[in-house]
Amino acid sequence: MTTIYTPSAPVSYSTRVDKVGRGQRISVTVRAIIAVLIALLMLVPVIWMGLTAFKTRPDAVAAPPVLLFQPSLEGFISLLTERRQMTQSEITAAEANRDQLDWANQIALLRGQTIIGTSAFPRQLVNSLIIAGASTFFSVGFGVLSAYAFSRFNIPGKDDLLFFILSQRMLPAVVVTIPIFLMYKEVGLYDTHFGMVLLYTSFNLSFSVWLLKGFIDEIPKEYEEAALVDGYTRLQAFRKIVLPQAITGIAATTVFSLIFSWNEYAFALMLTSDVARTAPPSIPLVLGTGGIEWAAIAAGSLAFLIPVVIVTFVLRKHLLRGVTFGAIRKG
Amino acid sequence: MAQVSTAQPAEAAPRPAARRHLSDRRIVQLFILPTVILLILMNIFPLIYSLFLSFTEYSVISANPPVWVGLENYTNILNDPQFWHYFGVTGTYALISVALQTLVGFGLAMLLRTKFTGSGVVTTLILVPMMLSPIVVAVFWRLIFNPSYGIFNYIFGFLTLLLPTLMGVILVLLLWRIVPKVLGESTARYGRMALLILIPVVAHLFWRVVLNQDQTYGAFYQQVTAIETGPEWLAEPVLAMWSIIIVDVWMWSPFVMLLCLAGLSAIPEYLYEAAAIDRASGWFQFRRITLPQVMPLLLIAVLFRTIEAFKQFDLVMGLTGGGPGDVTRTVSVQLYQLAFQGQFNTGQSSALAYIVLVIIIAVSNLYIRALNRAREG
Repeated sequence: MTTIYTPSAPVSYSTRVDKVGRGQRISVTVRAIIAVLIALLMLVPVIWMGLTAFKTRPDAVAAPPVLLFQPSLEGFISLLTERRQMTQSEITAAEANRDQLDWANQIALLRGQTIIGTSAFPRQLVNSLIIAGASTFFSVGFGVLSAYAFSRFNIPGKDDLLFFILSQRMLPAVVVTIPIFLMYKEVGLYDTHFGMVLLYTSFNLSFSVWLLKGFIDEIPKEYEEAALVDGYTRLQAFRKIVLPQAITGIAATTVFSLIFSWNEYAFALMLTSDVARTAPPSIPLVLGTGGIEWAAIAAGSLAFLIPVVIVTFVLRKHLLRGVTFGAIRKG
Repeated sequence: MAQVSTAQPAEAAPRPAARRHLSDRRIVQLFILPTVILLILMNIFPLIYSLFLSFTEYSVISANPPVWVGLENYTNILNDPQFWHYFGVTGTYALISVALQTLVGFGLAMLLRTKFTGSGVVTTLILVPMMLSPIVVAVFWRLIFNPSYGIFNYIFGFLTLLLPTLMGVILVLLLWRIVPKVLGESTARYGRMALLILIPVVAHLFWRVVLNQDQTYGAFYQQVTAIETGPEWLAEPVLAMWSIIIVDVWMWSPFVMLLCLAGLSAIPEYLYEAAAIDRASGWFQFRRITLPQVMPLLLIAVLFRTIEAFKQFDLVMGLTGGGPGDVTRTVSVQLYQLAFQGQFNTGQSSALAYIVLVIIIAVSNLYIRALNRAREG
């Protein structure tokens, strides 16, 4: 407490610090305990998903729900494979040469089934990856160009254009989809990867332009001006000055676009059926195939959610900005 | 650099500047072109197309070309009492769910406001739900809500058992400070001891009132806490809407919390110091400093959530599919079923889409104005 107070520092109640301290400390502890409890409560569904993914079918639907159980990969097997119910004689034969079966078949055998092929889910996951990846690449690429133009130049009708770009995100997906559905049917883009990439790119573009414009606005104009004076062309200045400066913004935008198209459901439900179907619209359908395979659903959800959870942790500094279209940058 | 450029002789400046200006314009055009083309292709054209379709009788799955029917689709929709029902459902859902999210989110932000060891981790953990895929979350919540093997009824039942006690505790905490004022400093200690008895008394009274079968609350409570049978959250008409609201609040309170935390962290400390010097009460500080300072960001959160709630599609599709009956059928879900299921009534659904479009544009205008104000502020 040997700080010398500069005149600008406000008069603080630091003289009372020991008096205020105790009550403060208790209240912070109480708050911390409550906050931790609430955080745990909020994580229960996610934790439960993780547990259910490793349950066997009877464990998953046990009443009352079980917390301790023998972990099993049955859920993953039924998610990833097509299986066939074996006849009694086949089961006995398989039981006899149990050791010759691979581990996946051994697990399937517990339910008297044998694996006859892979399910559609891995393919859908790959579709999700391709579509989300490609659309993110294009939307961030186009987004950074447009954001730069919007940030640095006076464009006639700029505000209207920006408003229009953003307003796309306000519309319910179904409203947008009806005409696009007809259009896609007409030109043969329905249920194609290219069609989905195109749609997600335009959908994400609105977001990436807004977010990146905020980041580029923060880079001082003077850097480029100095470069221009030094003989750089505008393009060189953009590539060598602006892009490296905006790299955090580009990274954050990339990941947010990726998450948006990764999680997207409505468009994928209405504009794909088989070839280009992504994972989100298919997870509810796992419900339908031969009774409710909760372990399989949990396994699929878990596989689908884990990347996002990791990204949340990595991105926590940019989270605020990302989820508010770059409107808010404090915090 | 600035010094160098001002030191340049004036006559040297115009030529390169003019040349650069031209190439700049080309660059702007090139840079904006992809965005504009995509927007025209994927937004403007489809919107014009669906405006045309909204005046026709047409179905995608039929071979007949669109037949012009003028305003018939619009009059049909606006005269249909069901139409108002869907808007009613969407409105009720949006109102309750956004209100609850705001309360919970703000409360969480107030809790996490002061940093403590591990508060960063706790905050990030709370933020996880909102990054997840709504449809996946919704499907999984169906397991959680399941009356026989879902965990929701167990946790909810357990929490409701704690509720009356909690109410007693809150009442005692509220009265704690007032005791010395009423009884005087010397007897305050006994007064406070007596006060503690209030906790069981309140709990008892709560049970008396609530467990009374004849009263509405009692019936509700019986329905909700009957752990043995467990309420069917997704199948009971009254509870289906609430189950969607619960999931939505679970997912999106963190969002409100995030914005409120940003607002709270920006409040200058000296405001509280000044208030403390003036011996302002905690409540007064909250009402006159905290609340007004957080308000702009809180409003943005509310607007954001309202617009999202009006669009609600994924959660409803995943949880109830609009059922039971059509008690949870939001406008988006109705639109989907009109356009992509059964008859594929494209003409009529385009008209409905346009009505929604106009409403959303009106709301989002409001929203963007608020957004811009926040950007500037």
